Amino acid sequence: MSSGKSSVEASRPAGAAAPLGTCFAQGLRCRDCGREYEMAPVHFCEWCFGSLEVAYDLDAIRAVISRERIASGPRSIWRYADLLPAAHHPRVDLGTGFTPLVRAERLGAHLGLRELWIKDDTRNPTNSFKDRVVNVALAKALEFGFETVACASTGNLANSVAAHAARGGLTSYVFVPSNLEAGKILTTAIFAGNVVAVDGNYDDVNRLCAELADAFPWAFVNVNVRAFYSEGSKTLAYETAEQLGWELPDHIVAPMASGSLLTKLHKGFKELAAVGLIDGPVTTRVSGAQAAGCSPIATAFLEQSDVIKPVKPDTIAKSLAIGNPADGYYALDVVRTSNGACAAVSDDEVVAGMRLLAQTEGIFAETAGGVTTSGLCQLVRDGVIDPDERIVLYITGHGLKTLDAVEPHVGPRQPSAPPSKPSSPPSPSETRGSAGPQLLESSSPRVQST
Amino acid sequence: MPSVSVRIPTQLRSLTGGQAEVVLDGATVGEVLRALDVAHVGFGERIFDEQGKLRRFVNVFVAEEDVRFLDGLDTQVTVGQVVSIVPAVAGG
Repeated sequence: MSSGKSSVEASRPAGAAAPLGTCFAQGLRCRDCGREYEMAPVHFCEWCFGSLEVAYDLDAIRAVISRERIASGPRSIWRYADLLPAAHHPRVDLGTGFTPLVRAERLGAHLGLRELWIKDDTRNPTNSFKDRVVNVALAKALEFGFETVACASTGNLANSVAAHAARGGLTSYVFVPSNLEAGKILTTAIFAGNVVAVDGNYDDVNRLCAELADAFPWAFVNVNVRAFYSEGSKTLAYETAEQLGWELPDHIVAPMASGSLLTKLHKGFKELAAVGLIDGPVTTRVSGAQAAGCSPIATAFLEQSDVIKPVKPDTIAKSLAIGNPADGYYALDVVRTSNGACAAVSDDEVVAGMRLLAQTEGIFAETAGGVTTSGLCQLVRDGVIDPDERIVLYITGHGLKTLDAVEPHVGPRQPSAPPSKPSSPPSPSETRGSAGPQLLESSSPRVQST
Repeated sequence: MPSVSVRIPTQLRSLTGGQAEVVLDGATVGEVLRALDVAHVGFGERIFDEQGKLRRFVNVFVAEEDVRFLDGLDTQVTVGQVVSIVPAVAGG
């Protein structure tokens, strides 16, 4: 792929016309039956129950957008405002986006990959990619006149909604499963919104919120304003392309929960080609990773099934523990049509993946990052990934949120008896079998008795 | 046949004259939903596909459980239970 300007880009004068912040979103369109709807806080098609997606005037965007126009914008998701469904609203902006895309030399070498990159989205204001979607959702919620925002969350979204609401002086209600990691409860509660712990799993919480959205005049970011919210994930694709010098990766690996992120990454790449910022067609392969204890999308892929069967989640990767994924069918379609694949990894592999990423790249990811890293390992092992591909791995949340997952493995611990000689590091096989990612070395520190 | 309450999502209440909940008879979820289509014409084509199966983005719950974890449309219902039709497109 060319590293210079695309043919369209080169022939067009930069900038001019519409100022940054002009909204080119035209309305909503059903992804299943194509019916069109006006811009409104609605999220599903009343004819076929399909997902509504924002439709843009791509011709108008193509006429004004340029790499220079983007480069002159803020170092945040709002540099791509032309391709978002809401105008920038400082009241709910914590400075999300433009997170590092780092070359992962050591992890790549460990896996025998020529060119591996990591999009480190732990660096967002509340340390997960959810800040992207929430920033867009709340900007749109303000346009619609909402003053109360809400969500169903596995934790990261709760953090982000509570923080952005605090910034904007909005009332917030976040609904979470009662067994959520303590860290994610605390990192939500600090913002002093309303945290509602629901006795059930995430799918129970989600169902509750889907019904509450009918009863309360609130902007549930992942229910009635979900069509706008989910568009925020596209900025991960835009940044990836820009940070690669306006080129696309050959292959991306992303975590899957609802499946939305993966589909929006693909949509983002395609939109860049549609508006002439890169040369098309888009050939990036899109692969997804799930924890084996909650892998409805990966299971359908691996079983070559067209039916996604909901499951009862049983995994430490709670941020991905959605047993009934709203965008599962769309994600499955993207994986298949892009010639990608799916991986499902055990909880031991989740922890091993977190440790491997930390030890090779200095990035401490939450359990979802362990899923993605181990998923990459699995795809390499299975021969799905070509070692010569340019690969981008999406790390979407920070490890400090899920200390519980690694504490038994790397936390300080008292030896059962004072060592008679300097302790030697335990072997790499101490915490995992041969199927998981292999650590470079052990990292289990011991507290020495003195 | 048992009478059960069916909860209607907001966007489909135009079909029920604005009613949020409708009481219907039926021994199974399938029978109740077909009774809904008879009582409020147009419901069937919204929630069933051409093969008569629930559309893939329609979730139906009986007594708080997703019918896909039970017997699907053949799930038995008992008097007083609540059947909820909930759009699947939410969350994440």
